[in-house]
Amino acid sequence: MPLRAAILFSALLTVAPPAVAGDAAHGQALWEAKCIACHALDANKVGPKHRGVYGREAGTAPGYSYSPALKASHIVWDAASLDMWLKGPRAFVPGTKMTFSLAQPQDRADVIAYLKSLSPAAD
Amino acid sequence: MISTSNLASPARRAFMGGAGRTVLSAAAVGLLANAAGFGSPAFAKAKAATSADVDVLNVALGLEHEAIGAYQIGAESGLLKPPALKLAVLFQSHHKGHRDALVATIGKLGGTALAAKTTAEYAADLGAAAIKTDLDVLKLAQKLELGAANAYLGVIPSFESRDLAQVSARLAADETMHWTALSGALGDMLPAQPLSFGA
Repeated sequence: MPLRAAILFSALLTVAPPAVAGDAAHGQALWEAKCIACHALDANKVGPKHRGVYGREAGTAPGYSYSPALKASHIVWDAASLDMWLKGPRAFVPGTKMTFSLAQPQDRADVIAYLKSLSPAAD
Repeated sequence: MISTSNLASPARRAFMGGAGRTVLSAAAVGLLANAAGFGSPAFAKAKAATSADVDVLNVALGLEHEAIGAYQIGAESGLLKPPALKLAVLFQSHHKGHRDALVATIGKLGGTALAAKTTAEYAADLGAAAIKTDLDVLKLAQKLELGAANAYLGVIPSFESRDLAQVSARLAADETMHWTALSGALGDMLPAQPLSFGA
């Protein structure tokens, strides 16, 4: 297994769900203030569309040109992986195009709750 | 032009050698300042940028392309009258200045600048079909400017080059200026709390 894949796999095994509960309403406000520059719900912009991202495998939104690193990651976006991603996307998946991070755990939990609310089929 | 010499100590080169990063010329980093009139003494001693920085600059370029497209859509809508139209044209000119500086810098750093979409594609991305009034145009612009300001602030920690981080902060200041003016035009209250921008 290549070193990078091994590191990523190891990281995934040790990811724990975020400890804080998310507020989807506040998450929507945060998303509209901080994420909307690069993302839309139903269109690919600088970043991929976000509706349905929770529960989706990384790198699979139709029509978006992902980095090879993210396409090869095989991450499924859930509360734990999204928390790691939003905390430091380039530390989580080296080589990704995503650069923006959310420093505060509560902010991350709120945005994740909002994204989950857009994916009702998710657990 | 990519240059891996004369920029970093062996230890720094070793540190930055992983994850596909390439150390780039300090002179090229300074181009962003010069191309957009951002010249400052800080750029005379610009630190090395990396290919990861180029990726961040391309994200910024994508935002600038979209902003230019959004203001074009607004200006061509016929919904804006002076002074709002004049404001939109001025802000679009700022974004064009940002774009030109970013394209020049990405090229000099050896990267490939992200191409703009068509105005029609931006119209679809931004939901322009729902825009019916001048207030709708201003609210869309306000939303995009706020997002851009926060994005530029949010990516500052991602830059290997502190000089590019400073440029990102200056771009954020421009976007904040736009957001503030648009908020005033819309009669919106300014944030009641301090530190309302950024991650």
